[in-house]
Amino acid sequence: MSCCNDYSRTELLRNAAAAAGGAIPEPDSRMPVPAGSSLSRRSFLLRSAGVALSVYGATRLELPAIEAAVAEAAAGPPQPVLVSIFLSGGIDPLSVLAPVGDPVYRKLRPTLALGEAEGTGFAEDGRLRWHPAAAGLSTLHSEGKVSVLPGVGYDHPDQSHFNSRHFWEVGALDRQLRTGWMGRYLDRTGTPDNPLQGICFDGRLAPALAAAKVPVATVSGDGRFDLNTPGVWSEMSGWMHDTLASLGARHASSRDAGLRQAGAVTAQATSLVRVLKPFGGKNLVVPPDYPKQDAGNMPRSLSSLAAMIAAGLPIRCVAITGYGGYDTHDDQPADLEKGLKAVSSSLLAFQRDLEARGVADRVLTQVWSEFGRRGEENGSLGTDHGAAGVGFLIGTRVRGTMIGEYPGLDRLDEDGNLRATSDFRGVYCGLLEQWLGTDAGAVIPEAARFARPALLK
Amino acid sequence: MSTGGLARSPIASPRLRSRFIVPAEATRRRRRRARARRSRIPVYHGRFGVEQAERLLWRAGFGPRPGEAKRLARKGLDDAVRSLTRPGSERLSGPSPRDDDGRPLAPEDAYGHAQLWWLDRMVRTRRPLVERMALVWHDWFATSNEGVGSARLMIRQNKLFRRLALRSFEDLLREVTRDPAMLIWLSGSGSTKEAPNENYARELMELFTLGAARGYSERDVREQARALTGFEHEWDDNLGPVSFHFEHDNHDSGVKRVFGERGRFDWRDTCRLCLTNSNHPSFFVTKLWSYFIPTPPSKRTRSALERLYVAGDYEVRPLVEAILRHPAFYEGPRMVKPPIVHIAGMLRALGRGVDTEAWVWLSDGAGQQLFYPPDVAGWDDNLWLDTSTWRGRWIATVFALQDELLQPGKAPLLPEESASAAVDRALSFWGDPTISRSTRTALVAFAERCRTGADRPWKKDAYPLLCQNALRMMIATSPDLQAA
Repeated sequence: MSCCNDYSRTELLRNAAAAAGGAIPEPDSRMPVPAGSSLSRRSFLLRSAGVALSVYGATRLELPAIEAAVAEAAAGPPQPVLVSIFLSGGIDPLSVLAPVGDPVYRKLRPTLALGEAEGTGFAEDGRLRWHPAAAGLSTLHSEGKVSVLPGVGYDHPDQSHFNSRHFWEVGALDRQLRTGWMGRYLDRTGTPDNPLQGICFDGRLAPALAAAKVPVATVSGDGRFDLNTPGVWSEMSGWMHDTLASLGARHASSRDAGLRQAGAVTAQATSLVRVLKPFGGKNLVVPPDYPKQDAGNMPRSLSSLAAMIAAGLPIRCVAITGYGGYDTHDDQPADLEKGLKAVSSSLLAFQRDLEARGVADRVLTQVWSEFGRRGEENGSLGTDHGAAGVGFLIGTRVRGTMIGEYPGLDRLDEDGNLRATSDFRGVYCGLLEQWLGTDAGAVIPEAARFARPALLK
Repeated sequence: MSTGGLARSPIASPRLRSRFIVPAEATRRRRRRARARRSRIPVYHGRFGVEQAERLLWRAGFGPRPGEAKRLARKGLDDAVRSLTRPGSERLSGPSPRDDDGRPLAPEDAYGHAQLWWLDRMVRTRRPLVERMALVWHDWFATSNEGVGSARLMIRQNKLFRRLALRSFEDLLREVTRDPAMLIWLSGSGSTKEAPNENYARELMELFTLGAARGYSERDVREQARALTGFEHEWDDNLGPVSFHFEHDNHDSGVKRVFGERGRFDWRDTCRLCLTNSNHPSFFVTKLWSYFIPTPPSKRTRSALERLYVAGDYEVRPLVEAILRHPAFYEGPRMVKPPIVHIAGMLRALGRGVDTEAWVWLSDGAGQQLFYPPDVAGWDDNLWLDTSTWRGRWIATVFALQDELLQPGKAPLLPEESASAAVDRALSFWGDPTISRSTRTALVAFAERCRTGADRPWKKDAYPLLCQNALRMMIATSPDLQAA
């Protein structure tokens, strides 16, 4: 394996791809055998990354620019990957990590409080217990792979879902900012033709990934990336994809801004169909650790992501909306348990998946919600919008200790909400500097204002 | 209505003013001439052919029916624009909408049917600009059923947008302010003098009338919120929210100070104060312009539009006419079509009615669910296309064509023809839309590959049919047809 770095790397990629999304697709019979100099280095790498390339005829010896760029980026040294998981609605921190040892807890939560023996204890703070549905997170925490943020938020908290989520997405308390914090990171460090550098599995762009200069990809969360077209078969499908890619590329350099945008996306979308084919649809085999049901798209999204990372696809930032709705104004116990169980067990399975593929050291997962919930329950078996909330950093490389302390129910703010003991912008700065290795000052407005917690081991 | 506020207002409604002041005939004529000179808005004088007519139909409607662009082009620019801005009475034409079981829609009751109901209007309307303006106002006053939770109220609001589509923005703003769906969406209902809710007051100025951080302060937000107090509604277990009304006891009738003006303002004053704020006309004309033309208006055009707007008592129709006749409309770059416009346009071109509920999830996959804008700022036109929503448009196109597939063995054989003729055949299937030369070149190369690739007897019969299927897909999803 040491005779040639390119070879050993491509072999690794090939093995990873084979283990990942099922088998590498059958080579097209018209393709020359990848031996010696009959294929360029770039196309060879790409092929070996498990990418179904169909190069037809003599008219297209050059790979389309996007696929070439993906191959180019895949050939570079492995890069750290940041996965952002959003829990929509404002998950209740006082249920995820219940402060059963806080004397005020039962007064504020007479019907919702977790029992003193429910779930598992939280080793770092004897007052807290993990919700039973968070067993997956508890397991990872006991292995030192979870850093808990028990009171993450910001000053002068905004209790509108829209505003607070927007602040988190853009990485600043700025209602006008239109690029996401990960998007600006990619603008700074990404390349102009590799859409996979930022990928969102929600079927549309996550605002956190909105970039101003570089392309990012969005894919369907159901693990289907194909362009199924009834009435078009056999070799003609390949010709059609070629034509779409070339149509897109022709217009991507148009002087007309509208055509240019439509052209660029056409080229990117059709390239992704080819690049992602091994990781979706029937080629995707979801490992048995993932929840089989009641977890929405999360198992398919995360398992295809793990396969893509293991195959060496040049992914840097990922956005996925987690399963469940956490705006639990009523019926909180049932709704929270259902969502938290799905998310927690999916995240455990994802971590195991990454470990089994040997890429766990390259991936850090950040879990967040737009805010926490009111200290006091509301009388409809639920809780209203709060301020500071709970978040997690997950991975083999995270420190595994709390970031900020548990804020305590004896010192709530004037609205009866938890006070922040860590600022999400400081966490972003830490992720940018310590995990992604870039200057946070160029990405997060007023970055110098925020203390950076130590995030990694 | 608080008389104090009106009397102190430096600019009472121009409509009111003109009722009381009658200048001499000569003065009036002189003023009219001066106004005409000042508000001269450039008009497009270039060629008005099929291509220009297509752009007009896509941006001021939902695309041409077969032959429609040609007919419109023959009218010339002025008459073409007038036919859109001053249409006859509505006559929906084409097959009436059906659900998956072939039954009529139940827009207020069945899930997704409200969306289908509106999509059907877009497909069958003979007043496309009116319908398009309803979509503009839906985006402008972006109200989501996510927060309203009542298809009945969303449809009621939609009918308001349609009724006042090209009329007075003053009337529209007032009606929207007390519209039930809006009262729920932005927390106007239940806002009382004891606890005024700032939600509507803030968005009214930031998103609907003035623009972010333009001409108002946080104090104005709080004071306007006080003026807006008093609306409430009741709850009916069967119907949901009902009996929306203004409850004087819940209204804060004290003196407020808004934009430096003092008075016992109420909700009507709030609307008037926003309209007469000096930052409103520039905000209004620029935002309205942006729905039709992707590049901002020149300063001169903008000022002229502002004057037209104010002098015309906030009437929308003259502004839209000026925008649709402006050179920038025809000479500037293309605009990416909103997904629902793309979908409605395909159905119009095919003469197909709304006959499946699939359009609900298909339009969502393409990035636009009617009655569910992503937030109160509406849809972001720069974000229509990404790799996933592009695929969503592809899937929607597959569905649009599902009854038109040419299947080898079933469909009649096609005559042997050149690659160029095969492309023409597929274009004519879609009503002969104009496509760029480079798109045509790529499609002809594809058709040629299909021709030369048919190297077995079975392929000679089957490939021309498969080729047509593929060409139809590629035409409808080409950059040319995604942006108009």
